[in-house]
Amino acid sequence: MEPGAISLRASGRGRRRLLVNRVAEGTAVLAAVLAIVVLAIVIWSVGSRGIGAINLDFFVKGPSSDFFGGDGGIAPALVGSLLLVGVATLIALPTGVLTAIFVSEFASVSIGRQIRLWLDVLNGFPSIVIGIFVFTLAVKTKVPVLGIGHHQSAVAGGFALAVIMLPLVARSTMEVLRLVPNHLREASYALGVSKWQTVLRVVLPTSFGGILTGTTLAVARAAGETAPLLFTCAIAGQIVDWNPTHSVQSIPLTIYLDSESADPALHQQAWAAAFVLILFVLVTSLTARLLLERSRKKLGLQR
Amino acid sequence: MLARVEAVSIPAGTLPRTRKVGDRIGDGLLYGLTALAAILGVLVVLAIIWRVADGAWPAIKIFKLGFLWHNVWNVNLNGGTFGARDLIIGTVVTSFGAMLLSAPISIAIGLFLSELASPAVRAPIGTLIDMLAAVPSVVIGLWGIYVLAPFDANHVAPGIHAVLGWIPIFGGDPHTESTVFTAIIVLTIMTIPITSSICRELFIGVPSELEEGSIGLGATRWEMVKTVVVPSVRGGVVAAIILGLGRALGEAIAVTQVIGNFIPMERSLFGSGDTMASRLANQYQGASTDRQIAALIYLALVLLVITFVTNFAAQRIVKRFEFQRTGGA
Repeated sequence: MEPGAISLRASGRGRRRLLVNRVAEGTAVLAAVLAIVVLAIVIWSVGSRGIGAINLDFFVKGPSSDFFGGDGGIAPALVGSLLLVGVATLIALPTGVLTAIFVSEFASVSIGRQIRLWLDVLNGFPSIVIGIFVFTLAVKTKVPVLGIGHHQSAVAGGFALAVIMLPLVARSTMEVLRLVPNHLREASYALGVSKWQTVLRVVLPTSFGGILTGTTLAVARAAGETAPLLFTCAIAGQIVDWNPTHSVQSIPLTIYLDSESADPALHQQAWAAAFVLILFVLVTSLTARLLLERSRKKLGLQR
Repeated sequence: MLARVEAVSIPAGTLPRTRKVGDRIGDGLLYGLTALAAILGVLVVLAIIWRVADGAWPAIKIFKLGFLWHNVWNVNLNGGTFGARDLIIGTVVTSFGAMLLSAPISIAIGLFLSELASPAVRAPIGTLIDMLAAVPSVVIGLWGIYVLAPFDANHVAPGIHAVLGWIPIFGGDPHTESTVFTAIIVLTIMTIPITSSICRELFIGVPSELEEGSIGLGATRWEMVKTVVVPSVRGGVVAAIILGLGRALGEAIAVTQVIGNFIPMERSLFGSGDTMASRLANQYQGASTDRQIAALIYLALVLLVITFVTNFAAQRIVKRFEFQRTGGA
């Protein structure tokens, strides 16, 4: 054989290589199965323990005033969570969407990249630190602003949640705006339509579905956040309270406090509330993701 | 029939102004509003850093940098003496422990979804794993206390202890329920969906010509993954792991529920411990004196700096990596 030529004779290592390959493939499958099994176990644990305590009273009554807990409900926490997430969405949705419009329609590439970087940094901040930030800003501050300073309130808690939602809304909206075909914008400009009219009447309506689903995902995330509420909206009364300047109960915090309590009846409440929360979060994020997939396909086809 | 266009001559100065006053105002207004919102996002980041540093200032003046290596957390000693050493160690141990477990699993999941699964399987399995990320941390923590912790204490920890008990970190009493070990497992579960979904995208992005070339030369799938897929996105994988680490460093609720909130930390993973984020979550109501509040905010500042550096490093790696792949386009 000439030097440098490759021998085509079987090396005898083929069987071993195939075996190694099999083992590697098996490991990869096993890892995926493991993750899904963990998800199934978590959902099953919560469902099987929580479903027993769920009835109409659970949704319309407040926590039991009985010292030993018992069959109370989560009505104040439901209303509180609604308020908190409502305030958060009211702040984060317009800010996030406007930021995304700025990046995709006005900003230069390098400025857009900068803003994206800052949003990623914000997204990486621990949620407990965001809670402490709002605590130093709105709760501990000596100057009450609009009657909401100097004490915990749903507005303070909602603001903390808004800081968490902002990067999520902005990033997902940027993604959708980028999918809006450029020829739609150009067609609009060609008709002599100004930029702001194009944004309001062409770009936003085309991407409305995507923005909505992105926001829904952010809402699902905010609804389950506990850490930002600890310092901003934790010490609350036991009754249904619709006033956003008061501190209110919330579902995640109820789960946290009940789980830390020594009373088994409250553990039952925690499981039931966790079941409600997990159901809400999983159903909304699953629906939103499916819709997002659909609207992406729709936009993709127009290209 | 096509209409014939006559040559039109327009006298200069008679063309209508194409931009109406309303449009000028509208354009300006929209630009102003959106720019304001974008600046607001940046301002929030700066405000967080400023407020937390400002709130921590009284504690910084008292404890200086010694806060980082002293290990007392006593509200009553000398009007409140605080040091964060074991909290920092706890944060590092739990996060890196979780990374050791979650990185290989996440990479394997990413490889399964990108290289093995057919598109019909990829979508639903990928969605299910992403759903794991959607489960609120307080629910994972609740499950951690009442399902995982007893299981660890009765089955997993004694098993490991029986084999590896001679190593100090697996020593101690393996039947404790609130342990650093359980916190590591909880953090592993929480970081897997983050790291694995980024890995999946990276592996899918590897050009199929490279993969097909490797297979065409006779490599097995595993050899292709080992020699082509993983090396070509190595930086991205590292960044994905660091992003997961950032999440683990800052997780407060789920950790505080399972770790036992106890310092000084024991030498064994099967003992109780505490982390910075967990201590913050745990002390929100008990904080009574100004000095204690300042110490807690100092703790938040340390946590903020650590996660900031971590995430920034990850972003830089991702950016450099994207730059490499697209040739700077």
